[in-house]
Amino acid sequence: MTGDKKQVHTHKLGIYLWIWTLLFVFSFFSYMVDYLNYQGLLRWSLIVFFMLAKAGFIMAIFMHLYWERWAIVNVLLWPMTAIGVFIAIMAAESYYTFFSRMFYFVVGS
Amino acid sequence: MSQFDIEKLPKGSKGFMYDWGSDQRAFKGVPWGKAMMWIFLLSDTFIFSCFLISLMTARASTVVPWPPTSDVFALTVFGVELPLLLIAIMTFVLITSSGTMAIAVKYGYEKNRKLCGWFLLATAIGGLTFVGMQAFEWSKLIFHDGVRPWSNPFGAEQFGAFFFMVTGFHGTHVSIGVIFLFIFARKVFRGDFDTGRRGYFTSMKSDYEAIEILGLYWHFVDLVWVFIFAFFYLW
Repeated sequence: MTGDKKQVHTHKLGIYLWIWTLLFVFSFFSYMVDYLNYQGLLRWSLIVFFMLAKAGFIMAIFMHLYWERWAIVNVLLWPMTAIGVFIAIMAAESYYTFFSRMFYFVVGS
Repeated sequence: MSQFDIEKLPKGSKGFMYDWGSDQRAFKGVPWGKAMMWIFLLSDTFIFSCFLISLMTARASTVVPWPPTSDVFALTVFGVELPLLLIAIMTFVLITSSGTMAIAVKYGYEKNRKLCGWFLLATAIGGLTFVGMQAFEWSKLIFHDGVRPWSNPFGAEQFGAFFFMVTGFHGTHVSIGVIFLFIFARKVFRGDFDTGRRGYFTSMKSDYEAIEILGLYWHFVDLVWVFIFAFFYLW
């Protein structure tokens, strides 16, 4: 922006290489979840854990969100709660659909 | 534009109140292009969320078993069947290109024209590799396995529709990103951001900030793949 004092804040190369390695490790682990054929709650919790860890590192370090000011961080993160609410609503809805399908397929319409 | 020293402004939640309540531009130290890219990415997040939430709804409500993605996307290498192998390689390729992009942004801000350009080029080639492997995956599923949006030999019919929609929409994002990466690699090598050469479409002078904005888009594409990998392939 013209007039603004340009503040070039670059970070050391090391931090990017570290995060890069971490992302590789997390991806490898989440692939191992499938390879070792874990099932049930263990599988889902591991998948979600590695997913959120990767997403968090990408957003915080690669997308520089960790160094951004709170004004923009909050604008970006609060709308995500709406997605969480939407997931909850649609989960409830789909269980109801599943229930009614099972019920009417068995009992007959 | 008033002058301010960003280091002297309040930080954290106090900074949040100060920025929003100060009756001037809210996003201090954030170029308008970057703010707009973030807001675009937020809207894109909602689109991808809608896809993945409807995937959840379809999977949770179908009475027919969902196709075993682990076997559907397996590859046979030297007589050994490895589950999800191609998808795993695609994931590593995309993460690698995300890493090179982050480094390109760093060198861009340091005005290291050559290294920035080479890393941008590496990122573009990574993205191109990803799209190529996706094309291979699609053609295998379409021609070899006979997967269609309305039917497939593995299980629930909805599988095909979701596969083509979700990975197709993501692949489109990657392809657009690759095009822009090549364009910006050329601009960097030519020295557009050092000489202040005006853009072909925008007629505006640009800066290495443009590389960070492009980087945000590219990291977002990687971010979306993290969620697709988890929810579509692994779940």
